[in-house]
Amino acid sequence: MLAWTIYITFFGVLVLMLLPRDNARAARIVALLTAIAGCVVAFVGAIQQANPGDVTTIVKVPWIPSIGANYYLAADGISLVLVVLTGLAAVSGILFSWNIEKRTKEFFAFYLALIGGVYGVFLSFDLLLLFVFYELTIIPKYFLIARWGSTRKEYGAMKLALYSFVGSHLVLIGLIAAWVVAKGQLGHASLDLIELSKVAFPIAFQHWVFPLVFVGFAILAGMWPFHTWAPTGHVAAPTAGSMLLAGVVMKLGAYGCLRVAMVMFPEGVRMWQGEIACLAVAGIVYGAGVALVQRDFKFVIGYSSVSHMGFVLLGLATLNTIGLDGAVLQMFSHGIIAGLLFGVVGRMVYDRTHTRDFNDLETMQLGKLIPFAGVTFVIAGIASMGLPGFSGFVAEFQVLMGAWTVFPKLTILAGVGIIVGVAYTLRAVQKGFYSDAPPDAAHHDHPLEPISIPERFGAVMLIAASLVIGFFPSLLMNWIEPCFKSPLFERLLKGGAL
Amino acid sequence: MNYLPVLQLAAPETIVTLTVLVVLGADLTVLRGKSLAARFNVGALLSVLGCASAACLAFHRHVDANLFNGILVVNPAVDFIKVAILALTVFTILISTGGKFTDHVGEYLAIILLATIGLMFLVSAEDLLMIFIALELASLSLYILTAFNKHNAQSAEAALKYFLFGGMSAAFLLFGFSLLYGLSGSTNLGEIAKAIAGKGLDPLLLVAIVTTVIGFGFKVAAVPFHLWAPDAYEGAPTPSAAFIGAGSKVASFYIVAKIFTLGFAGAEGSAVWHGYVAGWTPTIAVVAALSMVLGNLTAIVQSSVKRLLAYSAIAHAGYMLLGVLGNNPPSASALMFYVITYAVTVIGAFGVVTVVEEATGGDAIANFKGLSRRAPGLALCLMVFLLSLGGIPPLAGFIGKFFLFSAVVSVGGNLGLLWLVILAIAMSAVSFYYYLRVLKAAYVEDAAADAPAIKVPALTLLALALLAALVILLGCAPGLLTRYL
Repeated sequence: MLAWTIYITFFGVLVLMLLPRDNARAARIVALLTAIAGCVVAFVGAIQQANPGDVTTIVKVPWIPSIGANYYLAADGISLVLVVLTGLAAVSGILFSWNIEKRTKEFFAFYLALIGGVYGVFLSFDLLLLFVFYELTIIPKYFLIARWGSTRKEYGAMKLALYSFVGSHLVLIGLIAAWVVAKGQLGHASLDLIELSKVAFPIAFQHWVFPLVFVGFAILAGMWPFHTWAPTGHVAAPTAGSMLLAGVVMKLGAYGCLRVAMVMFPEGVRMWQGEIACLAVAGIVYGAGVALVQRDFKFVIGYSSVSHMGFVLLGLATLNTIGLDGAVLQMFSHGIIAGLLFGVVGRMVYDRTHTRDFNDLETMQLGKLIPFAGVTFVIAGIASMGLPGFSGFVAEFQVLMGAWTVFPKLTILAGVGIIVGVAYTLRAVQKGFYSDAPPDAAHHDHPLEPISIPERFGAVMLIAASLVIGFFPSLLMNWIEPCFKSPLFERLLKGGAL
Repeated sequence: MNYLPVLQLAAPETIVTLTVLVVLGADLTVLRGKSLAARFNVGALLSVLGCASAACLAFHRHVDANLFNGILVVNPAVDFIKVAILALTVFTILISTGGKFTDHVGEYLAIILLATIGLMFLVSAEDLLMIFIALELASLSLYILTAFNKHNAQSAEAALKYFLFGGMSAAFLLFGFSLLYGLSGSTNLGEIAKAIAGKGLDPLLLVAIVTTVIGFGFKVAAVPFHLWAPDAYEGAPTPSAAFIGAGSKVASFYIVAKIFTLGFAGAEGSAVWHGYVAGWTPTIAVVAALSMVLGNLTAIVQSSVKRLLAYSAIAHAGYMLLGVLGNNPPSASALMFYVITYAVTVIGAFGVVTVVEEATGGDAIANFKGLSRRAPGLALCLMVFLLSLGGIPPLAGFIGKFFLFSAVVSVGGNLGLLWLVILAIAMSAVSFYYYLRVLKAAYVEDAAADAPAIKVPALTLLALALLAALVILLGCAPGLLTRYL
């Protein structure tokens, strides 16, 4: 059932390509219907899966027998969480880009191609297939940003594409090397992730191949110091592009780290655990600190994404179940909240005022002009700060709990990052919406267009998702927790389980 | 001596030869005075029919024969390579039908077909003399094809350059071959290998290896013997460049792999990291590494798409040489998969360049601006071809790289050649940048507001669509091709 998320989405791309060139309305509707269909399938499929702890095979047929590649789609609880997140992000992204007038059908075709690739990554249990979907997402990202973006869009797009490509090539080197070693041990070629997770790669081999694959994926997760594509890319991207970048694309990286690098090379993780945690905390603190001094509204959110993704990586580095649970939950939570923040800044504010500079925004008193945007941003900001009641709290709390047992000093530093996070969020709320600077009369000549219905829908949907998970984290934890008790993660956790 | 078996075994070549005569005759008689387009279309139709029947024959006969001790070797594997070469010729002819670079349609098509015959004999040969003769037949045709645009001085210059370099390389090759003959007393590859095996690397053999590498280095445009390639690609009429980059690559790499793995068996040496042993593999490793680095880095700064494709061809020759030095059956079949899919892709890319060149008067990257609006189908094809060259899945170029690199890393079972593969993968990440530059012009930048839509000739569009479909199909289901290799 879940495989249909991929097929439906790519089918939507085909339909969009066949639409007449100038019918923007039809393109929007097709895109929205496709995304909703994908989202519904994701939800229903996820709920139907009886045992989220096990890897449930969806389809497995030989693809390229000579190298052991299968067309192997499957899902466990972690996949389920991220597939549902992708569904939500896809729908809300389309709602927030309802106002795209320039080459609408091409925009949505690239958009859906990206979404289809993301679904594919989260559902692949064959390394080659996963890699195929992973790289498939790079091209639509590039064109979405370079064609429909804003500030320095071509630079940002190229930077993002090159970083992604370099990352994926690091992964490819590791993948080919691991394939050869595994072939020697198994006696036959295999790219099956579950089979490979049982291969005992030599320690010396894991020592160098793990960082290669992990960093390759972590570049896309915005790991410091390879994060620099993230702020520029987020700022350059059109609203829906930023929402997807922060919402799901960065998760692809983190997911790859967990699903491929860590599961295949458990000894490698243990050797590099400390370094990863240091880089993660550096990202948390650095991202938050830089966000505090930005003048561009979108850069604040961009750097906050780096900071929040640091929590995911820190959770992964803990190697205990609480930390890992938190990391996966944080992927979901950040996907929702960052999407919402980018939606407010990109669509509600920038598309109306055509500026993201705090100095200009301060004179506009947006809190009064578009109160819905103000309130949404405050709620999203609170969620992003990690206040109880929202998903972010549950996730970051678990990451910190998990990290405390392993890296107490780093955990304290990460706590500092949270406090800075409160500061930059409050600063953004104040400067962006509720400034007491004297209003500039010039801006009152052109009343801002009111917040449209699609925007309201999108915002309410994302807030609701964050609240529901904040109050009932067990909804997702019931999917995530059993995974880390499954045989797939046994080798990874046997040293550090709580 | 009975010469009938020769004619039987060389039946595909014979059919193509007859086609040459028919095409020339038709152009001289029936088509005289007709419009350029009509002459091209009818000529192309005749050539395609001839090639198709030759390919059918080669594909469906299952013969295993070796005539005159390696002069003409026919077996299903060789026949399949011939089928691939014929198919590439067909596509080259189809994309040339919209061309306005020459009035001598009959001669142009005839010489493409003659080059094809040379390539077909080349892959059938296991004898140094026959290899040399077939190679010269193909090369001389290619020089002429390069010079075919008489209205353009650049074309003549490119051809002269190509010819002088090619002549030099032929001299090197012949010198190497003569040493091999002197060492072994035979021109047959298998007997040469027997004669030199176990004798160690004597200095004469070393010279023979190096001159052979130089000779073929020119043919496949590997660094440092690549200097003719960018000029030849840029100056030649675009379909000729496509043929140099595609059909002739397939045959050249097939014969390079054959000469080295068959003729120099026993003198491999070793190119593994920290395990260097003198022989032909380290020599090729150096050439491959240089080609990958220089080709990719130089391509970044090109503004002409044809030059860009030339440098990318140099880089790809570097990747393909990895397959040669893998020196085992899996890497040989991965090499052929890579070369054939590369050739398919590159003909497509040149086909798009041909159309854009005819419509906008140049092949600079700036001429591709707004292609996605002016010719959406063409732009989509270009995207497929360039992304495949860049190695983006699920296109054929990616799966080819995966096959090739994994086969080479597996050699010896100790990851010894991993250093070369790491270099190759790093360089292929670089290559992504310049392919994306062209796509950026086509998809992101806008043409001048009054730029009209580009009309694509029907035959060319058909060929491009087929090629793009093939690139996607071979990427998603590589088994369709690997089962024959």
